[in-house]
Amino acid sequence: MKKTLTATLALALSSTAALANPVQISWWHGMGGANEQVINQVAEKFNAAQSACAITPVSKGTYEEALASGIAAFRSGEQPNILQVFDAGAATIINAKGATISAEDLLIQNGHTFDRAAFIDGIRHFYADAEGKFIGMPFNSSAPIMYLNTEAFEKAGVEAPKTWAEFEAVAPKLKEAGYIPMTGSQLTWQLFENFYSRNNVQMASNNNGYDGFDGTELRATAPEMIAFWTRLAAWHKEGLFGFYGAGWADNQKPFEEGKVAMWIGSSGSFGGLSKTATMPFSATFMPYDETVADGNKSTFIGGAALFAMAGKPDDQNKCSADFFSFLTSTEIQAFYHQATGYVPITKAAYEKSKADGWYEQNPVAEVGIQQLMAPQGEWSKGYRLGFYPQIRVIEEREFNKIFSGETSVEDAFKAIETEGNELLARFAKTSG
Amino acid sequence: MSDLTHPVTSPAARPGRIRRWFTRPATAPSPAPSPAPAKRVQFDAPLLPWIFLAPQLVVIFVFFYWPSVQAVTSSFYIEDPFGFGATFVGIDNYRDALGSREYQRIAGFTALFTVLVTAFSLGLGLLFAVKADKVIRGRSAYRTALIAVYAIAPPVAGLMGMMLFDQHIGPFVTLAGWFGYEMKVGINYWDTASAMILISVWKQVPYNFIFFLSGLQGIPASVREAAVIDCRGGFTRFRTAILPLLAPTAFFLLIINITYALFDTFAVIDVMVKDKPANNPLTLVYKVYNDGFRGNDIGGSAAQSVILMVIVLVLTLIQFRWLERRVHYG
Repeated sequence: MKKTLTATLALALSSTAALANPVQISWWHGMGGANEQVINQVAEKFNAAQSACAITPVSKGTYEEALASGIAAFRSGEQPNILQVFDAGAATIINAKGATISAEDLLIQNGHTFDRAAFIDGIRHFYADAEGKFIGMPFNSSAPIMYLNTEAFEKAGVEAPKTWAEFEAVAPKLKEAGYIPMTGSQLTWQLFENFYSRNNVQMASNNNGYDGFDGTELRATAPEMIAFWTRLAAWHKEGLFGFYGAGWADNQKPFEEGKVAMWIGSSGSFGGLSKTATMPFSATFMPYDETVADGNKSTFIGGAALFAMAGKPDDQNKCSADFFSFLTSTEIQAFYHQATGYVPITKAAYEKSKADGWYEQNPVAEVGIQQLMAPQGEWSKGYRLGFYPQIRVIEEREFNKIFSGETSVEDAFKAIETEGNELLARFAKTSG
Repeated sequence: MSDLTHPVTSPAARPGRIRRWFTRPATAPSPAPSPAPAKRVQFDAPLLPWIFLAPQLVVIFVFFYWPSVQAVTSSFYIEDPFGFGATFVGIDNYRDALGSREYQRIAGFTALFTVLVTAFSLGLGLLFAVKADKVIRGRSAYRTALIAVYAIAPPVAGLMGMMLFDQHIGPFVTLAGWFGYEMKVGINYWDTASAMILISVWKQVPYNFIFFLSGLQGIPASVREAAVIDCRGGFTRFRTAILPLLAPTAFFLLIINITYALFDTFAVIDVMVKDKPANNPLTLVYKVYNDGFRGNDIGGSAAQSVILMVIVLVLTLIQFRWLERRVHYG
């Protein structure tokens, strides 16, 4: 009865449905604004390209809200066919075996080909299991990159830094020229998680959590991390690093206004920044730590992946598979990459964008991909840590305390490690 | 000096209705006077009253008792968010919450926040009501101006607070700068706390104002005149004559304000911390939301909500058992 009702309703809503009666599938995501528009365009393109399936995207608010809605819906048997889950929530959904159908299995079972090697290296492991099998289908992927205020660098007569030592050399000159040398939005992602990947330092035991949840411990007090943050805290004191709280926009705004010389943001910020920045800007890789032995590696991917939810009829699963296949097609990937600034997930889409001359017009759009295509270290593939959204909350709290002078770098990272490990231990119990 | 704390009507004649529910008959050795039989409505069919009650009972059961029982049950488990596995952990969730330094810090802040928000919003509401009560020229303009703020929804109030205290464009930050203070809402714990308290109080004052004003206007002119004859000092008169008569209103508002500070300020806090708890001051209810909905820790969040339920229960009992005895519904 309920199914008939839903089907009737969906039928009434969809114009194409009235003619061909396609199978309806739903897609819940956490995008708003311009990015939501692009998602709707992708769905329209899919619906127009074939007549067997019709997909309806629904925005559930933020990433966190999308995950929470998906979980609540799953528990009451009302889950969507496809759910977008962000990087920090990956462990939560991948650990819930039976909640999802692995993207790789879904595609192969429904007669599509699947080639892991077709994907850009930095993207292949994050939403995959320890054997490298894709559980989620990477969708909107980003990398933390450093945006540069061109005027500031010209005025100070310096070059963009490649390492943190070079930053130390140029920052005072930028300060003298009247700029705040650097800010960063979401330091948890950029200077904590991606400090491990960029500099090839182990983030957690059990192979960064990939080998199992039992006994997995965060290595927040890794000496490399403490050493770097001690430098960062000192830069903050000397006025070489500006910190405006944990909010993303608060740290981006002074850069847009031209007060800041370098801003660490997301490769996905490019689209928005092009509209809001009041000065010309360029971008480069996020600096690496020259004191760490084996640095200058690729970063983890940020952003989110799409998961096919279990418990759906076969004809709907086939549509989800068709959609995943459509989504990874070169044409759609190139379209999505160029419309949003997120990196293309396949090598072919990158080549197509190159051939289109996209990077000649927008050199900044290439920085994120190049950083993700940098050589991978042992520890730059990804992390699989349970309750990680909550661990990020702890990190944010302690980072704030460091910059407000309430705690020392050592104590802050000790607290992150202790409280983080308590949460990891709790998470290990959930699968019991 | 006339003592108006004991009004003419005997308290026994009109006992507080709610008080009767909470007063055990055993504490009163003499049989309480039974309510007048005339007031009792008789139904011919014994089922009829139940039918009338049913919608209300169903609502209470579905939206209150059922979820409460679920929360209590979940609080003894650590559960996979998707509901696949659950490990029975006894009281571990409670021990984890109460033993965590972060939780204690949040509980401490919640207590302070509740006391300050309640005290300031009640105090200011009363002050404005007393002053507005005396105004004769343009009284409705004053009153409308004072009440208008109440029409603002909490998230909107939070949004306004966020902008007023914004580090880049906030006028309050500029104002503090003139006095040589670098205000950092969102980074400095107490700066953020002050901003939150200010916005929460500002949002609640009009509500208290309306009730205090109508309470003041309910005081008979004869009583006021008698009070003027008995004592000349305005403040003494207010303390000994007006305030006791306002006590029922004040008691009602006290409960409403505590509930407001504990729960309804959620939207203000959520907007002001911009979705990033970080090192910002939080209240217990925000922590429940954060762990449960954003962190997907259902067991831990359920235990915290049970703790919160117990706190509210205890507070309510204290208020009705001790405080209400001193209030006279004259």
